Amino acid sequence: MPPVPADPMVPRSCRVERARRETADTFTLALEAPPGDGGFAFAPGQFNMLWVFGVGEVPVSISGDPTEPGAVVHTVRMVGAVTRAMGQLARGDVVGVRGPFGSHWPVEAAAGNDVLIVAGGIGLAPLRAAVYQLLASRERYGKIALLYGARTPADILYRRELRRWRARSDLEVAVTVDRGMGGWRGNVGVVTAFIPRVSLDPSNTVAMVCGPEVMMRYAVREILRRGVAAHRIHLSMERNMQCAIGLCGHCQYGPTFVCREGPVFGYPRVEDLMALWEI
Amino acid sequence: METLERVLGEHPFFEGLEAPYVQLLVGCATNVRFERGALLFREGDEANQFYIIRRGTVALTVFVPQRGPVTVGTVGDGEILGWTWLIPPYHWHFTARAEGLTRAIALDAKCLRTKCEEDRVLGYELLKRFAHILEQRLHATRLQLLDLYGSRA
Amino acid sequence: MGSTPHVGDAVVVECGDLRLLMEALRARGFLVVGPTIRDGAIVYDELASPAQLPAGFTDVQEGGGYRLAKRTDDALFGYAVGPHSWKRYLHPPARRLWRARRAAGGFEVLPEGGEPQRYAFLGVRACELHAIAIQDKVFLQGQYVDPHYRSRRENVFLVAVNCGQAGGTCFCASMGTGPRATQGFDLGMTEVAERSRHHFLVEVGSPAGAEVLREVPQREAGAEERGAADRAAAAAAARMGRTLDTRDIRDLLQGNPDHRRWDEVADRCLTCGNCTMVCPTCFCTTVEDVTDLTGEQAERWRRWDSCFTLAFSYIHGGNIRATAKARYRQWMTHKLSTWIDQFGTSGCVGCGRCITWCPVAIDITEEVQAIRAGDRAAPPSAQRADHGDA
Repeated sequence: MPPVPADPMVPRSCRVERARRETADTFTLALEAPPGDGGFAFAPGQFNMLWVFGVGEVPVSISGDPTEPGAVVHTVRMVGAVTRAMGQLARGDVVGVRGPFGSHWPVEAAAGNDVLIVAGGIGLAPLRAAVYQLLASRERYGKIALLYGARTPADILYRRELRRWRARSDLEVAVTVDRGMGGWRGNVGVVTAFIPRVSLDPSNTVAMVCGPEVMMRYAVREILRRGVAAHRIHLSMERNMQCAIGLCGHCQYGPTFVCREGPVFGYPRVEDLMALWEI
Repeated sequence: METLERVLGEHPFFEGLEAPYVQLLVGCATNVRFERGALLFREGDEANQFYIIRRGTVALTVFVPQRGPVTVGTVGDGEILGWTWLIPPYHWHFTARAEGLTRAIALDAKCLRTKCEEDRVLGYELLKRFAHILEQRLHATRLQLLDLYGSRA
Repeated sequence: MGSTPHVGDAVVVECGDLRLLMEALRARGFLVVGPTIRDGAIVYDELASPAQLPAGFTDVQEGGGYRLAKRTDDALFGYAVGPHSWKRYLHPPARRLWRARRAAGGFEVLPEGGEPQRYAFLGVRACELHAIAIQDKVFLQGQYVDPHYRSRRENVFLVAVNCGQAGGTCFCASMGTGPRATQGFDLGMTEVAERSRHHFLVEVGSPAGAEVLREVPQREAGAEERGAADRAAAAAAARMGRTLDTRDIRDLLQGNPDHRRWDEVADRCLTCGNCTMVCPTCFCTTVEDVTDLTGEQAERWRRWDSCFTLAFSYIHGGNIRATAKARYRQWMTHKLSTWIDQFGTSGCVGCGRCITWCPVAIDITEEVQAIRAGDRAAPPSAQRADHGDA
């Protein structure tokens, strides 16, 4: 059994337990740790660096259940050579894994609060991990609302799960698409439009937002308008990440390293940075 | 009538509107209900109402040859549907279809138009509120156009 | 040789005996690297003998200009700094991190083996000692330690040489990093090259330095000789090529992201990245995964990278810092301001290399001055991202 490498730049060899296509350009990989390797403890919001032999390495948010031991799940969007190569992997193939890295959603700290989750596109992936953890201790939280915007109905992730969650009486789920398609009977419009109407106590709400930066900016604006305090809003930022250990310099975002102080940030920390262009 | 008064009086859209005006609106209001698939209005029709959706989802659609009716936006619980009644020539730009059983309050816009001309204060109060709706719709439309979730790979 | 010198002692070593120091280092397994002339510049390279040192040469530096000139004496270290810095040895431009090959059950990683390279740096300036200390903070004091840097750093022997003159673009005095080398070295030398004498005042900075020095002929330093280091530093400090006002610089730069000066410097900047290559503290690298033609062997390399490259900030969809303005602003703000947030010190040691080696002579001290002059003088808020809806 290969030992867990002491060098954080060396990946562990992990087998694909399950590979499932979610949408035309997105798939989910469940990776199992080598036996005796120590498993994959992680907190929602963290990411792994996934390496395809001979192709390259990319950062991918962990989208699985942190309370479940066993395989660690990632949802990947095909946007380049590495992710496309990963999209061809099947059960039994091997992927190199480094991680987990980065900061996490304040799920435990949110105990006693209402929780508002706003996800845009692939941003639902790291937030799904948070939802799992919230639901695992449901009694600790007040109202929980998940607002999710996708591009089109065909791009909606985790359909079955959303249906299951929507059926729960202790979880509010609202889904919208930017663009409808034939047969779609649901909402069409921006996910931020739900925010003024969702049921929560602003003075006792923690908000977690993940999606394209523009979407997060406007979502935060609406959340602030509801009266939620800035320090109770958390975002997941994205920058070019290569080493994931704060040494290559690529992920710098103002004075922070997204791989280290992020990717999850409290809004006050990034408020000024988000207002700047090309930072 | 009592229910309508409460709904209109408590709706955030009319917050700050003086009581006599609220009464006036109540006078123009009726409860309506649409079965799934029913059309609230058609593109090109005269815009003589606007709606407060109490419960349900209404799709704004445009018929595109070869594509059929395409939904460009939906309006849901608690939202206001219809601002075209304020802007000449007062013809709906889209067709509105109830996606499921929808309950709403319909307000007689033809009547309100006349009243707004007579009482400019009422006109301004309503225009202010609908300008906000317009801003929201424009902003949302622009965000949708940006195709933020689209991949540039 | 007398009794073993102690840390803090100062002795005099004749210039001619310098080769014995080099031999003592080599005998202990160190690869001696130091200044030598090549391609019209004083660069750092392996040294076999003192004959390779740039005796009698100095450098003449200005914004966008560097040339060598003959001195009137035979000083071995009579220059400031050249285009190389010691980071090319501690944090090499290209370093293979590991190799891997396909194996049953996936792949097998073959860690890099071999003995760590042991270097002796001969001729480290005070500013360079600070630069090394700054990179120590980056690579050794964070949550993740760089094992490659650590192995080299733990095995390096530092012979500092004090500056008796300042370079044309130097501003170490402004940055508090010189001209006097006060700590962080194993041996600290000050060269006295006059008509009647040519020797080095050698200060012992560590037990390792004391041990090596045992094999070099030496005599106790007299009172006047002891003062050589301070006199040299004073001479250098008095003639600094540049000054940089560091007051509130952290807030100054982070508080002025929309200053019009960034647009002005962007008009000149070629984004060539020279400054990042010559800067002794710039540490950004790229992780490069390569494979051989058969696809059976893969390697991961770490190579120097520069925030001036367009793709540095690429994420799917495009480059975050697409304009030269954004990239120059990133480099300078990081160097002088956000570095303080990240590592507790400035990233700049005032060596002046970025000024000398910039093809268009952009001067970081001048840029700071210009931004200070128009503090908060930003173009209209059109640049702000959350400006109201149009």
